[in-house]
Amino acid sequence: MPFDRTSPAARGSPALDIYLPIAELPVNLFLLLGMGLAVGFVSGLFGVGGGFLMTPLLIFVGIPPAIAVASQSAQIAASSFTSVITYWRRKAVDAKLGSVLVGGGFVGTFAGVLFFNAMMRAGQLDLVIVLSYVALFSTVGSLMLVESARTILRQRRTRTVPPRRVPRKRPAYFAWPLRLRFHRSKLYASALPLAGLAFAIAFAGAVLGIGGGFLLIPALIYGFHVPTAVVIGTSSFQIMFTMLAATLLHSVSNGAVDIVLSMLLMLGGVVGAQFGARAGRNLRSDVFRLLLALLVLAVGLRFAVELVVRPDDPFSLSVVERAK
Amino acid sequence: MTRTLPGRTLLGALLLLGCAGPACAESVVASLSTHRVVVTSTYAGAQLAVFGVIERDGTTVARAGPYDVVVTVRGPPETVVVREKRALGPIWINREDRTFAKVPAYMAVLSSRPLQDFLDGARLQRLGLGLAAVVRDSGASTASSPEDAAFRASLMRLRFEAGLLREEERGVTFLTSGVFQSRIDVPATAPIGNYEVETALFADGALLNRGVTNFEVVKAGFEQLVTEGARERRWLYGLTAVAMSLSFGWLASVLFRRD
Repeated sequence: MPFDRTSPAARGSPALDIYLPIAELPVNLFLLLGMGLAVGFVSGLFGVGGGFLMTPLLIFVGIPPAIAVASQSAQIAASSFTSVITYWRRKAVDAKLGSVLVGGGFVGTFAGVLFFNAMMRAGQLDLVIVLSYVALFSTVGSLMLVESARTILRQRRTRTVPPRRVPRKRPAYFAWPLRLRFHRSKLYASALPLAGLAFAIAFAGAVLGIGGGFLLIPALIYGFHVPTAVVIGTSSFQIMFTMLAATLLHSVSNGAVDIVLSMLLMLGGVVGAQFGARAGRNLRSDVFRLLLALLVLAVGLRFAVELVVRPDDPFSLSVVERAK
Repeated sequence: MTRTLPGRTLLGALLLLGCAGPACAESVVASLSTHRVVVTSTYAGAQLAVFGVIERDGTTVARAGPYDVVVTVRGPPETVVVREKRALGPIWINREDRTFAKVPAYMAVLSSRPLQDFLDGARLQRLGLGLAAVVRDSGASTASSPEDAAFRASLMRLRFEAGLLREEERGVTFLTSGVFQSRIDVPATAPIGNYEVETALFADGALLNRGVTNFEVVKAGFEQLVTEGARERRWLYGLTAVAMSLSFGWLASVLFRRD
């Protein structure tokens, strides 16, 4: 997507516009708050950060991708901090497991920001973001969809919710070196695969402006048998620290964090998440997983369409250097 | 491109524009309603009024034909890349690109009547007037294959669609035979920086006089603080963003505590 300075957002009615100092364009205040509310609602509903919805939305309304990604990381940090506080009170955060994840996550964030800056210099950042969204979201969305559809079908057949008694075979990577005992997660496993997982997700997070909760949570449940009671709190713990690191590193290395944009996103997101969380209580977990899968898949397909369909305008313009 | 010291823009509202040649008998005095457009949080673009007076010295006889005035506004120069998406198998990705250096970020040509009515193409090019001339001058590649022309045309079209390229063939109106006015529309998306306003006076297709004045678009107050912070005090700015995230997150947990 080009650095399009005549975005729909930029054309909003003057009275409701607020000027974003870093993006250097005016956007409609209510559009941004509304987007924050909507994404916050979805994130509260599913217990995910919602970055994977917000970053694409920001890009679609004309915020330059670099600024969308960098500013969004501050918003994700805020919403995951709220979540950490809530789960911490319920003693549902495994701080030791979280620290191992944060260790890998910090390295991943650092590498991700370096990669982000290199792609920005090469003028290929937009393409990288689009391709990554297509690949990551189509794959993960499809996997989630298949898994949740299977669960629902199985329940239809048996008419009862089967207690998932899969013989828990311990994967071979549990026995890798640096084995640690995580009491709260009832886990005794090597720190290496955990840190590696956190590295990969934090890398993607820094490049794509996502927290990665929808990736980390299933990975911890299925890959590491972390109990569902602590998985969200622990994943929020990891996401909070990596996104704080991403905010700081983006600020220091590319100056693309627009704090006015971040603040508006936080305002909408915080309120929306409360309503979402309330609505989410009445949702069955299998339906809930199916909906989340469809949402992730939809984002991936939306980017895929953009890649496959003949563009309205094959030409795009981007400013690479400006006299100050 | 004429480089102007920022301080000069703050000089008096009236600037006497220099004479074109020894045979100069008429000169044009142009004034802008402001020399400083301030960007605040509710900034949604600006409009500047241009007023001008054509002065004749005592010895000049009145002309039979009317005067023509062309006001050209050029924003700060920037380097832009125009990319073209092409099909690569099933997907469309950016394949070709052209870089253009020193393209004015904003450009407006306002004239009292269509340029081609009183100037022929060759003269337009030589004087560097009109949109085509400005874009041609800024092309980094000197080659002019048909392909390059397509990129150049796209540059102009995209800029035009963005409201950053304007041509108003009746953008200058004469109040009396010697007094004219015009209006410069600066969209909110036009960048921060120094804008050059050139006024050229013509009679019977001959250039009588031309001169330059300026205005600048600047951020002020909070917007300036944020921009400078992000650029110059990067660690402090980053830590502020971090602190903001944490306080918002904490505040939300207090306000909406559910247990």
